[in-house]
Amino acid sequence: MAEANNHDLIQLLSARFGDKIINVQEPYGLLTFETTKDVIIDLLKFLKEDATANFNFLTDITAVHYPEKKHGIAVVYHLHSMVNKVRVRVKVFIDEHHPNIPTATNLWNAANWMERETYDLFGVKFEGHPDLRRILNMDELGVHPMLKQYPLEDPNRVDKKDEYFGR
Amino acid sequence: MFYIMSDINIVDAPPGIEGSGFFATSLDKVIGLARSHSLWPLPFATSCCGIEFMATMGSHYDLGRFGSERLSFSPRQADLLMVMGTIAKKMSPVLKQVYLQMAEPRWVMAVGACASSGGIFDTYSVLQGIDEIIPVDVYVPGCPPRPEAILDGFGKIQELVRNESGRRRDSDQYKEMLASYGIL
Repeated sequence: MAEANNHDLIQLLSARFGDKIINVQEPYGLLTFETTKDVIIDLLKFLKEDATANFNFLTDITAVHYPEKKHGIAVVYHLHSMVNKVRVRVKVFIDEHHPNIPTATNLWNAANWMERETYDLFGVKFEGHPDLRRILNMDELGVHPMLKQYPLEDPNRVDKKDEYFGR
Repeated sequence: MFYIMSDINIVDAPPGIEGSGFFATSLDKVIGLARSHSLWPLPFATSCCGIEFMATMGSHYDLGRFGSERLSFSPRQADLLMVMGTIAKKMSPVLKQVYLQMAEPRWVMAVGACASSGGIFDTYSVLQGIDEIIPVDVYVPGCPPRPEAILDGFGKIQELVRNESGRRRDSDQYKEMLASYGIL
């Protein structure tokens, strides 16, 4: 697969993982699909090590919070095959009350800090991570600030109160 | 062309009683005069206000004219803490530690919108003004302030230093103020 295309990739994955590959889309040509957390590590391992797929580079791990959904936290993996010049985006929706998912640190060391960041901001617990601590925010913060139940603004701010502007 | 440097200003003597061979004034005034013209600032620069400070220290604006040629990069010898830039909450214990390491008497200047109030960063990760953790003497507005504004703020600090009573730091009011910041 010298010039990989999305169609061939999805065929390859469907043959291996069957109905665990759901909701396949191609926004702006970027192959995007969802899977479940019981196969996510197998799937990432397959994408990384399969000779034809060859996704050798983990671009990013992050998350999105959808408070209105039942499984409200989407953990998002971005992979890049430098050999085949193609990227892929994998999403796993997990329960926001029990946001657990297996770690990808055994596949890519780069996943270490990405998962710490995702834990820090979204509270996703990556099971098997060697050192799951906050990485950006102060340890005493107490909340995972990118979850939408928490306000973005600091409550101590005084100079933007309406009364100072006659509102 | 030959220049005579006759336009150098020398600071005026404080009010006092002068006579043949003697000059009498109060100790506070003499100490204030000396201190205000030899402040050693500690620049705590984290962002663009720090760049403006570099211009302020440079030859064009030259903070050295006001007796602050010598920056102190150790808080132990510094008189004036100049906080220039956004202070993230994660950095606030570091800033407080720097303040605690300074010896009395010490002054603090918050330079720019971020150090004064959090500026545009009204967000969970940024301290909404350094006066949440340490007492501040002078605030310099601007985003970032021009070097002239920093010099003006420095002048305000000099005025405070010049007029400070020698016993101010021993007063109950001052101790209460420090205690309200959890500093003993």
